[in-house]
Amino acid sequence: MAEPACLKVSVWRGGADGHFARYEVPARENQTVLDVVTHIQRELDPSLAYRFACRVGMCGSCAMTVNGRARWTCRTHVRKVVGAGGELELRPLANLPVIRDLAADLSPFFDKWQRAKGHFEPKDAPDGAVPEDFAVVPPGSKARQEADAGIECIGCGVCYASCDVVAWNGDYLGPAALNRAWTLVNDVRDGACAQRLDAVAGDAGCHSCHSTQSCTERCPKNLDPSAAIAGLKRRLFWDTLLGRR
Amino acid sequence: MMDLRPRSHPTYLAFIVHRVSGLLLALFLPLHFWALGSAISGEARLDGFLRWTENPLAKAAETALVVLLAAHLAGGVRVLALEFLGWRRRQKDVVAVSAGFALLAGLLFLLNVV
Repeated sequence: MAEPACLKVSVWRGGADGHFARYEVPARENQTVLDVVTHIQRELDPSLAYRFACRVGMCGSCAMTVNGRARWTCRTHVRKVVGAGGELELRPLANLPVIRDLAADLSPFFDKWQRAKGHFEPKDAPDGAVPEDFAVVPPGSKARQEADAGIECIGCGVCYASCDVVAWNGDYLGPAALNRAWTLVNDVRDGACAQRLDAVAGDAGCHSCHSTQSCTERCPKNLDPSAAIAGLKRRLFWDTLLGRR
Repeated sequence: MMDLRPRSHPTYLAFIVHRVSGLLLALFLPLHFWALGSAISGEARLDGFLRWTENPLAKAAETALVVLLAAHLAGGVRVLALEFLGWRRRQKDVVAVSAGFALLAGLLFLLNVV
C-alpha cells in the first residue's frame, strides 16, 4: 500500500457555481486519478458526473484539473500528483462551460477547430471526387516530418484549459485548433491553405498568442502547439510582406 | 486571486518578466524626460538633480532599472527568435540565457558604478 493509506479527495460538484465535496478513497500502489474518480462514482456516490472512454490515453475524453493543473487523468498516477497529506483536488477543465461535476462542455473547443478550418481538403480531388492515385509523401521527407510534428493530438482540451489567452479572449481559437491548422498548412496534399491562413489570422487567431507556452508545457502527448502557432505567425508574416496572400 | 499552480513554469515566468519590465520602464519614462527637460531650464538644476542621483538608494534604483531594461531587451529578442527562427525545443534554455543576460548587465553596471 502506498502512503498515506487514504486519499482525501475534493471533487467539484454542481455547475459553474458549485462547490467541493470531500471523499475518502483507499490509496493503492498503482492507481490513476481516473481510478480514484471511478471508485467515488461506483462505491461512494453514483450521482457523480465525469467522462472517460478508452482509459489508455487515446481518446482524450478524461481530462480534468488535478491539483490546479489540467491533466489526462487516465495516464496520471496519483503518486505523482498527490499532496503530502494525500490531498487530491479535482475540478472540471478550465476555460470551458461546466455541464455538471467533472464534465466540461467541449463544444466551444471543437467549434473552434471548425473555425480554424481544421479539416483536410484534398488538393487533387475538389468537390469530394476520389483522386486517381495516392499522393506519395515519403516518410523521411521534410514535408512529411513537418506535417507529422503535431498530428498526434487527441483533442483532450488540456492545452485549451491551460491557456490564459483563451481565458482573456473568448474568441481566441486556442492552441489545439491552431496546432491542427499548422499541421494542415504543412500537408502538401491539402488544397485549402489560403482559406485556412485567412481563418487563423486576426485578433482571434495566432497573433493573439503571447507565447507563454503553457500549452506545450502541459500537452500530455508532448506536442508543441506553441511552435505550431509561431509557425503560423511566421508564415503569415512572410506571406503578407511578400504579397503572397 | 490567480491560481499559480498551472502557471509555474519558466516560459510563463519569462512572459511575466517581459510584461512587468515593460510596464515599469514605461512608468520610468516620464521621470527620464523630466530629468532631460531640466537640462533645458538650467545647468544648475540638472547638476543638482545629478548630484542627488549619487546617493546609494538612487544608485540601487538605477541598477534595478538597468536590469529591467536588459530583461526587457533579452525577453523581446527571445520572442522574436522563437517566432522568426522557428526554434522548436530548448525554450527553457533560451529563457535561462535571457535571464543570465539581464543579470549580467545589472552586475556589470553595478561593478562599474560602485
